[in-house]
This record gives sequence, structure tokens and C-alpha cells, in this order.
Amino acid sequence: MKITNHVKINLPAHVGNEGFARAAVAAFCAPLSPSIEEINDIKTAVSEAVTNVIVHAYPEKDGEIDVEVVIYDDKLISITVTDAGIGLIDPDQAMKPFFTTKSAEEHSGMGFTIMEAFMDELDVRSELGRGTRVTMRKAIKQHA
Amino acid sequence: MEFSSTTNRDEVIVNLSGELDEKSAAQTREYLDKQLRDHRYNRVILDFHGVSFMDSTGIGVLLGRYKKITENGAELCVRNLNKQIDKVFRISGLYQIIKAV
Repeated sequence: MKITNHVKINLPAHVGNEGFARAAVAAFCAPLSPSIEEINDIKTAVSEAVTNVIVHAYPEKDGEIDVEVVIYDDKLISITVTDAGIGLIDPDQAMKPFFTTKSAEEHSGMGFTIMEAFMDELDVRSELGRGTRVTMRKAIKQHA
Repeated sequence: MEFSSTTNRDEVIVNLSGELDEKSAAQTREYLDKQLRDHRYNRVILDFHGVSFMDSTGIGVLLGRYKKITENGAELCVRNLNKQIDKVFRISGLYQIIKAV
């Protein structure tokens, strides 16, 4: 597979940047002519991944989010959202539906479930004290 | 996020407009809770006609309101969801407890 385009966005993990991140990734993928559903799926998954960083990764300090989008062969989109935050104690448990460490603040615990459902592939790597990397892939179907 | 509401006897329709995500969650929670504190309704309908996007932060906001509304014996419904929000509802199972009207 050949990389046909790529972009890296680095932004502070501040509330509000989830909106910019999903809009920026959607705009970057637009030249592939995705369907409205495909672009909405990507926006939703990016919003989930970036919101996770904003809400959970840096409880005691300011931190940053890296969003990298790589496009292969003008049709496969790979999105990686990385932080250098506290990491996940148990990534498998964190990915289960309705699992949340912040139920008192009304977080639904559905973020990873939605990323998984809206994208073709989801891979989560995390190391305590070092951070988390979420990689999501989606192939854009060719539309007539 | 912008809000307006129309009351019809024991029913309130809340029109939401904007994007329901981490940024707008607190404001949405506050507006809805104020509506529910001020009156006692049998049915609360959230009209999503003006909402272009919702992620799982919105699920949390809705589940929180659902608890409060049903504790008071009332019903929470939604209407006019776009396709993106409809998919979030379907995947998360929200339709099992919040009816679309």
C-alpha cells in the first residue's frame, strides 16, 4: 500500500478542541469523496478518541493530543490519536460498553464501543504513566 | 448550543440547536435541569432538528436526564434525529429506553 496523503495535528487537550479535530479530519478526508455516512462515522470516531484524551488523559496537568491521518491508495484512512497522559489501567476493560471511571459526571462509557462500531478496525495501546495510542482504520467505498 | 422550549399543559418540547459534545454538555445539562426543576411535566420531548452532531458525551447527558425524568414518573422522548445521531442511538441502545416520536 502506498501513502497518498498524510497530516499531523497537534493540539492542547482542552475542551472544545474535539470539535476542531473532527472537522479538520473530515475536511482532510473529503477529497476521497466519502459518502455522508462515511464522513459522519469518521467525525464521530475522532470526536470520541479526542474527547477521551481531553476528559481522562491529563487529570493533573496540561497536555497535548496528536492526531495523525494517513491515507493509503486514496481509499484507506488510518487515524491515530496519541496522548502522553496517565494511560489506561486495563485497556480491555476500558473498551467494554458502559465502562467508565467517571459515572458521577455522567460519562456514558460508550466511546470505544462507538469507535469500534463506526470504523472498520480499532487498536488501543496504552502504558501506565506513558500515555495511550488509539488507531482506527476505515476503507472508503468507491461511490458511483 | 442554543435552546428554546414550548410548553403545552403537562408536556414540554425542548428545541436544541448546535452540536452536543463535551463542549456543550454542561450547558445542555444545566438548561434541561432548570426546565425540569421549574415545572412538573408528564412528557419531555427533545427536538433534535437543529442538532447537527452528537457523540457519546451526549449519551451521558441524555441518560442523566432520563433518570431524573423517569424518577418523577414522566417520559423522555426525542424527535427529528439526523442519520449520524440516529446511528449513535442505535449502536448505544438508547432507543430501548428513550422513544423516538
